[in-house]
Amino acid sequence: MSTVFIAFQANEETRPIIDAIMIDNPEAVLHRDPAMVKINAPSHLVIRKATIEDQIGREYDLQELQINLITLSGYVDETDDTFTLHWNN
Amino acid sequence: MQIDLHTLSIQPLRQGFDHLIRRFGDKPASRYQEGSYDIQAAENLHYRPTWDPDQELYDASITAIVMQDWYALKDPRQFYYSTYTLTRARQQDTAEANFDFVESRGLIDMVPAELREIALNVLVPLRHTAWGANQNNAFICGYGFGTTFTQACMFHAMDNLGVAQYLSRVGLLIGDTEALAAGKDAWLNGIEWQELRRYVEDTLVLRDPFELFVAQNVALDGLLYPLVYEQIVDRFLSSQGASSVAMLTLFMSDWFDETRKWVDSVVRIAASESDANRDLIQQWTAKWSHRASVALRPIVQLALNDSADDVITKELVSFKARMKKNTIEI
Repeated sequence: MSTVFIAFQANEETRPIIDAIMIDNPEAVLHRDPAMVKINAPSHLVIRKATIEDQIGREYDLQELQINLITLSGYVDETDDTFTLHWNN
Repeated sequence: MQIDLHTLSIQPLRQGFDHLIRRFGDKPASRYQEGSYDIQAAENLHYRPTWDPDQELYDASITAIVMQDWYALKDPRQFYYSTYTLTRARQQDTAEANFDFVESRGLIDMVPAELREIALNVLVPLRHTAWGANQNNAFICGYGFGTTFTQACMFHAMDNLGVAQYLSRVGLLIGDTEALAAGKDAWLNGIEWQELRRYVEDTLVLRDPFELFVAQNVALDGLLYPLVYEQIVDRFLSSQGASSVAMLTLFMSDWFDETRKWVDSVVRIAASESDANRDLIQQWTAKWSHRASVALRPIVQLALNDSADDVITKELVSFKARMKKNTIEI
């Protein structure tokens, strides 16, 4: 099974986003590096708008992810409500 | 010369304040948590107030609601000073732009005179109701307990002051200063307004901050906002050709949608704490929402005449459904 990953800058804004990702993806593994957080997940990782909104208490546009995004790997499947990384195999 | 670069990860000795680590575990706290939790003065309150020696200066037992931890009543919007002011400043910009738009294009003059009259009659006296809501929420903030709960009430109080100001500006825009004087006269002497005025004045003297929360934020606002801003302004007036009025009250509609989530969450969390709490909230909600629906009836009639009863019945049903989601059956 291949791994998908996404990496964010570690700051005040990304903390609730990372919490939301870990809630939605129980199989994901979190690596905290200096100033960066990388999340690995086996073959599939989903980021949900609704979960992030619960964490931050306001409306959230998934495109705001890009502000603190460092890199990612996997096919991206993006809708208004979810941002999914996966491999087609 | 060769230089080797190493990354070195330095773990901070402390991730956050001790009281937050005790609550949320050893991880960095959010600004909301830092600005809200365990802020309430709770110990070493030296003197009992001379005006009521039976209570402490800050006393959780002023209300009949019992919470093991008042900080459980957290605000789902996570408002603290910074997020609150930023959000409202953005909304203020939008409201200013809407007022400018309506004013500069003379949209109010295009509204048929009888609709302008209805808008004035319904909206302008409500500025006194909003002022009552301001006073009441300031009271809850002063006598309630737990910063997560009370700070949101203070924000709510300021919001209501804003609502009162927007309503005054609507009055000034449509009918100049005479509209405000006429609104005050209607509030004091108009037969339609006396039941609502009595409601507001009765809430002004409630001593239990949580009952006041239910009477003001749950029952009265929970019926007044849908009836006035959704049914009368957004539906009735707009469909008749007075949609410019809806532009001027946009803040109230948006604000109600937003604050409803906070009100619901406070009620739900307090009710889930114990059956005694739930019974109390149920009694209060039933009592005050009944009074509110009676008080609002003549005001809805000002605009909707014969269909007022149907509309109120409909809104009462959806209010009950909303409360049922908060585990409150009325």
